[in-house]
Amino acid sequence: MSNKLILSDKNVEFTEKVNEISGEVVTLCEQCGTCSGSCPLVAEMDITPSNMMRLVELGDEEVLDTKTFWVCASCFTCTTRCPRGIDIAKVGEALRQIKLRKAIDRIDIKNIAEEDRKILPQVAIVAAFRKFTS
Amino acid sequence: MKIPYYPGCTLKTKAKNFEISSIAVAKSLGVEFVEIPRWNCCGAVPSLSSDDLIRHFAPIRNFIRVEEMNKAGIVDNEYRMVTLCAMCYNTLKMSNLRMRRNKEDLDKINDVMYLETEHYKQDVEVVHFLEILKDIDADKLQKNIKNPLPDLKVSPYYGCTLLRPKEIGIDDPEDPKIMENLLTNLSVTLVNNPLKTRCCGSYQVVSDKDIITSLGYDILNNAKRAGAEVIVTSCPLCQFNLDRRQKDIIELHHDFEPIPVLYFTQLMAFLFDLGEESYGFEQNYIDPKKVLNRKELVSN
Repeated sequence: MSNKLILSDKNVEFTEKVNEISGEVVTLCEQCGTCSGSCPLVAEMDITPSNMMRLVELGDEEVLDTKTFWVCASCFTCTTRCPRGIDIAKVGEALRQIKLRKAIDRIDIKNIAEEDRKILPQVAIVAAFRKFTS
Repeated sequence: MKIPYYPGCTLKTKAKNFEISSIAVAKSLGVEFVEIPRWNCCGAVPSLSSDDLIRHFAPIRNFIRVEEMNKAGIVDNEYRMVTLCAMCYNTLKMSNLRMRRNKEDLDKINDVMYLETEHYKQDVEVVHFLEILKDIDADKLQKNIKNPLPDLKVSPYYGCTLLRPKEIGIDDPEDPKIMENLLTNLSVTLVNNPLKTRCCGSYQVVSDKDIITSLGYDILNNAKRAGAEVIVTSCPLCQFNLDRRQKDIIELHHDFEPIPVLYFTQLMAFLFDLGEESYGFEQNYIDPKKVLNRKELVSN
């Protein structure tokens, strides 16, 4: 007996949205786990990159409430190693964009300690505000 | 050789030492960096969204500046644009690649950049200073060494943006050799850090310092365990995360021995004996002078 997974229109729509923004085809993912095994930041995440890919494949919007794609620093190690050729860093970016395009910022300059503001290199601040604000 | 030079924001301020040492090293090897007139910020990180073109404007404006330099005769048929900051290298090169692959995107951008008198013609090639150095004869490098430090154990650290994604990397993303080959030609003792391509946490330092401390601790310890006395890098953000954040590492791990993290060009300027004003060691948090000067005394 086989169990058939039925996806709702809403699920399909979400997956397609991620495909559209990332330019990738997330359903190519076979869940081999190479991304999770390669990720230098996986210990800081609540779900692994391969879990993230699975939720996106299933069109499960709950993925948007996870920390994983915010912790991702776009180092492209997973992208380089994915045997299916998926640019997983771009999938993470798409998830960030879906949140940010609703004007939900992840950081606020007011919360950065003054001491840090003085010493942080410009490139860190510009990069963080590009990644974490809309 | 005169080459258009793109500094980027950090090289003019927090990583001034990277700029001054690089310009001095280049000059000593007969390469003149000509700063691109009216350059603007590249954006620091490449745009990764397929439907967002606006973030490519900043890189493309810089490419147009390089084309203008050629037209004005500031450089002679030199369409390579040299970068030092690894983040700038990555951001600029990713944009250039996207424009090469998607002519339609470039047409759209050219169309709406009313302030530009010329369209971007895609003549520009983004290169990193390490690639220029790769083409310089080992003999020439050797001849410039006035302060030889054959016993100095140096570990290169690449981080991400010079190598990944592989389409724009300067070398093999899993097993790069470009810095190793340079250091070998500089006759220092090469030390391999197995985590040399591991991400340092990058801009996460702005929102979550603990991530950086934990990644930095591993990266630095692996270099030290391999015997490194100094680490060299080419990214101002890696340099900050690995150097400045040692303060937090020491607070967490009292037995942690600090290790200097230099730009590769600072080490080169020191080996070439180009004068203290070109080293910029005062901007390094962990002072490298102690280990470099000690070595100098030993080797003389």
